[in-house]
Amino acid sequence: MLDLRLYILQRVTALIMAPLVLGHIAVMIVAVRGGLSAEEILSRTQGSLLWAGFYGTFVLAASVHAAIGLRVVVFEYAKLKGLALSLFTWAVFLALLFMGTRAVFAVTAP
Amino acid sequence: MPTDSSFLDVDVWRSGAESFQNFQVPARDSQTVLDVVTWIQQHADPTLSYRFACRVGMCGSCAMMVNGKPRWTCRTHVKKVAKRGRIEIAPLRNLQVIKDLATDMSDFFDKWVAAEGVFHPTKTREDEIEAIRPDTPERISADAAVECINCGVCYAACDVVAANPAYLGPAALNRAWSLVNDLRDGALAERLEAVSHDGGCHNCHSHQSCAAYCPNSLNPTASIAGLKRETVKAAFRRGR
Ligand code: SF4
Ligand code: SF4
Ligand code: FES
Repeated sequence: MLDLRLYILQRVTALIMAPLVLGHIAVMIVAVRGGLSAEEILSRTQGSLLWAGFYGTFVLAASVHAAIGLRVVVFEYAKLKGLALSLFTWAVFLALLFMGTRAVFAVTAP
Repeated sequence: MPTDSSFLDVDVWRSGAESFQNFQVPARDSQTVLDVVTWIQQHADPTLSYRFACRVGMCGSCAMMVNGKPRWTCRTHVKKVAKRGRIEIAPLRNLQVIKDLATDMSDFFDKWVAAEGVFHPTKTREDEIEAIRPDTPERISADAAVECINCGVCYAACDVVAANPAYLGPAALNRAWSLVNDLRDGALAERLEAVSHDGGCHNCHSHQSCAAYCPNSLNPTASIAGLKRETVKAAFRRGR
């Protein structure tokens, strides 16, 4: 249930996520080393366009990537197709995007 | 139930009864699964239907499920597959059964056509024969994919075919890839388009069952990866 367009979208989002995941892990390790409190983290992320862009991009890529992946799983295992399958794909995308955006907003809004 | 070691305990799928039927078949030193089926048909039940032609691994017509795995039965030795003298033989997976062990391969071959597995010549018989150097990358890729005997073993091994009946399957896509690499062919764009739909190459999960079971050791997974690459490249070229 993947045509060329969805396939490209999934590969491109994977390419985007890979360095972001590595960056995220690296920052976590470096930041937490000396012990870090929630206040300290928020003081750095709140109002930071850089972190909003970093995690915003990740949320968008992850939402697209996961929606397409789950679309295939649901098609192959639950036999969902046609309009129902499209609606499912969009619902997963929008739900993840909504939750992710909320989280990004919570830590980066000034 | 195994009786003694001079007999094989063979369960064969019968489409009429929709169940397996047991036969006790004399064991021989050198014996293929096709020999076993033939013995049953000639000595135990002449109504058993199955398909074969060459008996030497050339024609690709004898494939069946043997103990749950797809095999070319004429080149599969009983010794290799029997489990304590037991063999279960069923029609090839992912295909309609005509009767007993004979499947209808129409879907399988229709998909070869749907995947543009057809050669589109760019020259006529009046033209000079085009020389293809054996050491070009295209020729090497085509060579790796070309020895397919259309047996359907890979098609039966593929879980994506089982889950998505529209999926073109490893053999048809492998054929499309050998033609993508055929420098004499003139339908590259049409072929890349034909393998890019809902049932196209992008549905392959690369889990390599096809390559693991192909009796000719072809690697359809690699061919499909090639198609994915070329279709994406072509899409970006179109986008420019
Ligand atoms: S690698 Fe692709 S074609 Fe081969 S068995 Fe897996 S899904 Fe099917
Ligand atoms: S690729 Fe291999 S398994 Fe598949 S049809 Fe051809 S010879 Fe048979
Ligand atoms: S009978 Fe021809 S390949 Fe087995």
